[in-house]
Amino acid sequence: MGARMSAARRRAAKAREATAQVPQARRPSCGSGCRQTSLAPLPWLAAGLGLASPAAAEFALNLPPPATEIARQIYDLHTLILWICFGIFLVVFVPMFYALWRHRKSAGHAAQPFHEHPKLEIAWTLAPALILIGMAIPSTSVVLAMKDTSAPEMTIKVTARQWKWEYEYLGHDVRFVSNLSTPQAQIDNREAKGEHYLLEVDRPLLVPTGKKIRLVLTAEDVIHAWWVPTLGVKQDAIPGFIRDAWFKVDAPGSYRGQCAELCGVNHGFMPIVVEAVPPEKFAAWMDGQKTALAAAQAASGRDYELAELVRLGEAVYAANCAVCHQANGKGLPGAFPALDGSPLVKGPRAAHLALVFDGKPGTAMQAFAKQLSDLDLAAVVSYERNAWGNRTGDGVQPREVAALRK
Amino acid sequence: MDIALAPHAHDEHPHGLMRWLTTTNHKDIGTLYLWFSLSMFLFAGALAMVIRAELFQPGLQLVDPMQFNRLTSMHGLIMIFGAIMPAFVGFANWQVPLMIGAPDMAFPRLNNWSFWLLPVAATLLLASFFVPGGALAAGWTMYPPLFIQGGIAYDMTILAVHVLGLSSIMGAINIITTILNLRAPGMTLMKMPLFVWTWLITAYLLVAVMPVLASVITMLLTDRHFGTHFFNAAGGGDPVMFQHIFWFFGHPEVYIMILPAFGIISTIIPTFARKKLFGYTSMVYAVASIALLSFIVWAHHMFTTGMPVAGQLFFMYSTMLIAIPTGVKVFNWVATIWRGSITFETPMLFAITVVCLFTIGGFSGLVLALVPVDIQLQDTYYVVAHFHYVLFSGAAMSIMGGVYYWLPKWTGHRYDETLGKWHFWLTTIAFNLTFFPMHFLGLAGMPRRIPDYALQFADFNMIASLGGFVLGAAQLLFVYVVVKCIRGGEPAGERPWDGADTLEWTLPSPPPYHSFTTPPKID
Repeated sequence: MGARMSAARRRAAKAREATAQVPQARRPSCGSGCRQTSLAPLPWLAAGLGLASPAAAEFALNLPPPATEIARQIYDLHTLILWICFGIFLVVFVPMFYALWRHRKSAGHAAQPFHEHPKLEIAWTLAPALILIGMAIPSTSVVLAMKDTSAPEMTIKVTARQWKWEYEYLGHDVRFVSNLSTPQAQIDNREAKGEHYLLEVDRPLLVPTGKKIRLVLTAEDVIHAWWVPTLGVKQDAIPGFIRDAWFKVDAPGSYRGQCAELCGVNHGFMPIVVEAVPPEKFAAWMDGQKTALAAAQAASGRDYELAELVRLGEAVYAANCAVCHQANGKGLPGAFPALDGSPLVKGPRAAHLALVFDGKPGTAMQAFAKQLSDLDLAAVVSYERNAWGNRTGDGVQPREVAALRK
Repeated sequence: MDIALAPHAHDEHPHGLMRWLTTTNHKDIGTLYLWFSLSMFLFAGALAMVIRAELFQPGLQLVDPMQFNRLTSMHGLIMIFGAIMPAFVGFANWQVPLMIGAPDMAFPRLNNWSFWLLPVAATLLLASFFVPGGALAAGWTMYPPLFIQGGIAYDMTILAVHVLGLSSIMGAINIITTILNLRAPGMTLMKMPLFVWTWLITAYLLVAVMPVLASVITMLLTDRHFGTHFFNAAGGGDPVMFQHIFWFFGHPEVYIMILPAFGIISTIIPTFARKKLFGYTSMVYAVASIALLSFIVWAHHMFTTGMPVAGQLFFMYSTMLIAIPTGVKVFNWVATIWRGSITFETPMLFAITVVCLFTIGGFSGLVLALVPVDIQLQDTYYVVAHFHYVLFSGAAMSIMGGVYYWLPKWTGHRYDETLGKWHFWLTTIAFNLTFFPMHFLGLAGMPRRIPDYALQFADFNMIASLGGFVLGAAQLLFVYVVVKCIRGGEPAGERPWDGADTLEWTLPSPPPYHSFTTPPKID
């Protein structure tokens, strides 16, 4: 389901981005340094080339350009505090370095035996207190604004799982899972890295601009954190609890972020893309989603040839399973079991389907019942049973999955 | 090391291995702590080298993501519990009795036991790399539910932290008792050297919070194996409760690692400014207030968990308050330097640098204290930069400065000043090259604890890695300078630093195996 974002939509998204305010500094193409693998004979030379490439313009020094009112307030608050700290640094260290120079023994300076000055000491206790009050006042007003999740115009439920995000538009019955879409070959340095390396997903979270969006967040396995810097939102998603946050995007565009709380082996591969579009476009998209949902339900209502199930299942597997069990089905020894040659996969169909449907509590194996449609579940189980060396020759039909749901 | 060759009537003790296994002598035990700390520092530093090598370029090159998580988790855990904390206990063992005119620690056998627990814990941690599933990969903070998913190594880590905690508590009790009961006649509390004061307060912090850590990891253990649900919402527990209890230990722990460093800096600066420490009384009160405040700021590590607005504001205000006593300390150090007669031996270079760089870490701490900014920066490289400015250029560089300062006393030889300065400059420059760019990475949006990153972070990561490799190599020079000094060198004499005025400088260098058997008299 996830992997089936059409090429047309991808192109459209790119075009939108090109015209939108670019939320994060990025380079047109990576310098020669970063495509080098560890096997490069002269990594130091590569380093030199990398630093000398046109990418030098990428040395981002500050918070990314804000895309919401809250992010702008945070940006300004940080700038203010930074200048205050810089001022204090000068006030303290200019005299210190002056003394280190003027009062050095080699210049013949003799030590002056003073070692207390109560009035001065009281002054430099009170002065910082006043500065701190000056910092606390603007900070407090931003905190109050950030925490005000009242009166949202739309609520989206965010469910975090190892290592993907699920979005559900509450009241609209639209729900989908968003996965990393960077190919493994790029991560393994077998292919050139794309423009949005590791910060791209198969299905971005679409939101209308100018509307107050409330997120309610939870997690199914471990703690994750939903973070998009340009929106000024970072909120932990905690299993068994609901937390909320909000944002209102000013302008259309793609806003990128990633999971910010260590959540296991693929913590670094759990990006977030929020795509803000004008409200009318959003409404059209929402209608399209509902049509697609109805079509998917209809598609689950009939039986399929095994070859077709396997073909559909390969894409589902790539989007949902390969991150742990690997594209070659070998898993990661010690962490994730192999599916190639697995007795469970080659055994009875019902047990295999049940494990994918319900997951395995206490492990990273999730219950996919709520994440995938009947057809996708049937397809992925059929694929696993017939891929690699598993040539069982049998499959699972969508109606068998539907029966499990009852 | 032959630190105890000076002839003395009561110097008989076993030789060879048995000397070290059975020793109850504070100097021997101090030496053991310092060697243990150095070896853990080098080991955890080697882990950091692999981390920086993996992050040198985008893409996965050297280690898989699981191995990367193990490296970051164990680097943090070992640096904190194996390198920094034992180093300060080593200083306390050597210096506290010498500085207060005591013959030894109050509980010499307990002292031996406190040390010899450490290799046991270290063995558990090292062995955990080789068990099925590999070492701890859930971060040194051990947050559940992720921690619950781990294998047997996680239980070994819990056991190791228990053993380390036991060692810390016994060491702390020993230090408190020594300071309160064994001071030379006439040395009132307010006449104690500031290093002794900082350790007295640190020891109280240890006794207060190590049991809290022990409790919370025991709860993890029972959640893992005995069916409890302290941190599992499905059973009525709460994963966030772990973080509250952990950071109730964790924030005082931060000050456990920095207060003795303040003590070392407050000893070095007056010596090389040839002036008494400015504002001694306010320094003592500042350390005490930092320690007290450390108990009411813990949730600033958790602003993104989604606490009520009143909670966020309370912890923001209380955290900001810490800037006041910390500022007092920095101002007092500057005033001590002011109109002194300053020379720049290696310990003084380290001390000056610590004052500057620790202040930068303090400023980034203030930035992080502000809830709205913290929401952006929590769990990013900005935080990594912040705590390395506090813990490397604060704690670790104070330890290095302290080693250079007291090496002549401990060994009887002057260290190689030229090589010491080389070590200092290499460390300072490479440290800033490694960690200053991390502020920018964090601001630009790079999360911490990731093995691979988006392309816009590539340049600063490459610089940080290059700096990191130099920083790592420079520490081998440190080892060389220390070993060279132990093996020989110009005799140090009783008081190699003309500005030093604490009691240890009245003894020969190295001091006799048993010193101050008759207490000195303080007026």
